[in-house]
Amino acid sequence: MSRILATGNYAAGQALALAGEANRNARGCCAGAYPITPQTEIIEYLRGAVFTKGRIVPVESEHSAMGVCIGASMSGARAFTASSSNGLAYMTENIFAAGYYRLPIVLIAVNRTLGPPWNIWVDQGDSLALRDAAWLQFYCSTHQDLVDTILMAFRVAEDPRILLPVMVAMDGFVSSHTQMVVDVPSQELVDQYLPLCNVPQRLDHSRPATMGGLTWPRETERHRRDIQEAMERVPLVLEEAREEFYAVFGRRPDGAVAAEHTGDAETLLIASSTMAETARDVVRRRRTREEKIGLLRIKQFRPFPRAEVQQIVRGAKRIGVLDRNHSPGSGGIFWGEVAATLQGSGVLLQDYITGIGGGDVTPDVIENIIDDLNGRTASSEPLWQEVAV
Amino acid sequence: MSSALLREGNTNCGGCGMSIGLRWLDEVFAEQRPYLVIPAACAIVTAGAFPTSSYGVPALASTFASAPAYATGVSAVAELNGEQHPTVCWAGDGGTYDIGMATLSAAAERNEDMLYVCYDNEIYGNTGGQRSSATPAGAVTSTTPGGKLEAKKDILAIMAAHRIPYAATLSIAHRHDFLRKLTIAREMRGFRFLLMLSPCPTGWKASSDESVSLIELAVRSGLFPLYEVFNGTDYVINARPDGTDVAEYLVHQRRYNAVEVGTVRERIAAQWQYLDRMAR
Repeated sequence: MSRILATGNYAAGQALALAGEANRNARGCCAGAYPITPQTEIIEYLRGAVFTKGRIVPVESEHSAMGVCIGASMSGARAFTASSSNGLAYMTENIFAAGYYRLPIVLIAVNRTLGPPWNIWVDQGDSLALRDAAWLQFYCSTHQDLVDTILMAFRVAEDPRILLPVMVAMDGFVSSHTQMVVDVPSQELVDQYLPLCNVPQRLDHSRPATMGGLTWPRETERHRRDIQEAMERVPLVLEEAREEFYAVFGRRPDGAVAAEHTGDAETLLIASSTMAETARDVVRRRRTREEKIGLLRIKQFRPFPRAEVQQIVRGAKRIGVLDRNHSPGSGGIFWGEVAATLQGSGVLLQDYITGIGGGDVTPDVIENIIDDLNGRTASSEPLWQEVAV
Repeated sequence: MSSALLREGNTNCGGCGMSIGLRWLDEVFAEQRPYLVIPAACAIVTAGAFPTSSYGVPALASTFASAPAYATGVSAVAELNGEQHPTVCWAGDGGTYDIGMATLSAAAERNEDMLYVCYDNEIYGNTGGQRSSATPAGAVTSTTPGGKLEAKKDILAIMAAHRIPYAATLSIAHRHDFLRKLTIAREMRGFRFLLMLSPCPTGWKASSDESVSLIELAVRSGLFPLYEVFNGTDYVINARPDGTDVAEYLVHQRRYNAVEVGTVRERIAAQWQYLDRMAR
């Protein structure tokens, strides 16, 4: 292992390249690469990386970047790419195709506000709009979390019990362009951790099949239910991936959720990505004042970890969800999922939409949110908590 | 299970030019056994409904605009693994001239190692016959009820301008020439583009037993020139017009009921002026 000071983009590029190279003794690796702020350094890193058996194709659009990944993965190679914002929107048709083809592609989504109007800073609306595309989604909060989750993503995606693509998200600029100290494992250890990629449905002349032809309603419904059942196996497979990660690398990455002081918490915050790191500091500070407050970080959005959330928030009197995203006509997207998860529990659940368009969610913003939450006797419609840049 | 690339009992309409093209592709690529990448098109309906398939080789359906991108991944991984199976994109005119244009151009610019065959029936056939940019001026389609006003896009000139190793036109009425060009393409590496005028009796409002003779008339009248372009610059003309009047081609297709024959003759003359200049 080497501890380096790296940006989120650089760390993600390294993790992808290590995973790609680790498949050199199987069908190799292949990616379509197309730039967009703020993920560009990832595909630049990949284009500069040297692979024993791999090719990074500089394509003309995000749509084709995922197209190349689909062709490569359907040919049995390890495939991956990165995008952001309108790039993800443009890629969307093939993102669904990758999910429905059950291809274990890994995509780094560097969250950025969708335009117009144009804004290059973080919010999660781009990747959350893809929550129904049959992909797993993880929202990372530190660079170490990012590297570890990318490596686990390949293992989970390629597991024969799952065979679904995985999106690993990080905050644009806040993560992608800031430096943190991060342990990037050696190729040798990554080789040890990642089994060779096997895509059982791959194109094969010994058993020619047409992939993606016509299906009747019954087969189509079976196909969708198969995907749902694979999603339901994720908790087990992710847990194995974490255990094996510990065995190989000596640290245990966060799983679907991470809890901080939730055991006796009466007030509980739910947050994701880097906002969860800020919230953790605030919660720790308030704990020193003996406030019964806790934090639940939701890292895995798909499949949504209902059981874990239900288990952890039991006992809380009031819950505030921090959403750096917004579904117009509804509210925060994490809040919507949490509300569905906690239906009938009677707990006070309040949504705080904050940091939209990249506004800086500082400790003060979170303090204000906690004060509002603690003073509540009932919830209201989602509240917009505007922040300064 | 038949080992043919296109199996018997497929769902193609009678008189579909694409069926002939696929059978001849099979003849020339019998040993190499290609991977097929097919965008949304009649050619993916050809495969039939899951779990059956009319294709005897591995076939991958792509999203409409994506065939050359999917095929890039397939071809790249085949090469990384030292496979000899070529990658063939088999696409209609909608997926080639229209929605797939950027993807096609990019794969040609990168000179990806694949053969791209466009079976051009001059309409969106799969959706029931709407105009595409391959539809000739004057043709009636369901979205140009008064006849299309704009001229057909010159896709071969566009592809030649990418300076790809090989671009050529194919006629199902000229079997020897068709097989010869497929063989040339088979022996080359890099991006190869073949354009086949593919009768669609349903969309062309023509009799399904006249498909081959219609294409013969298209070639003999000069409407559909048979030619090759090597490396984007070296033009070779394979068959010149023999004096056949294009009216004979048009009269057998009710899509041309209202077409002005004189303007079609003028268009053919202009096209040959251009071709002769390029082949000089």
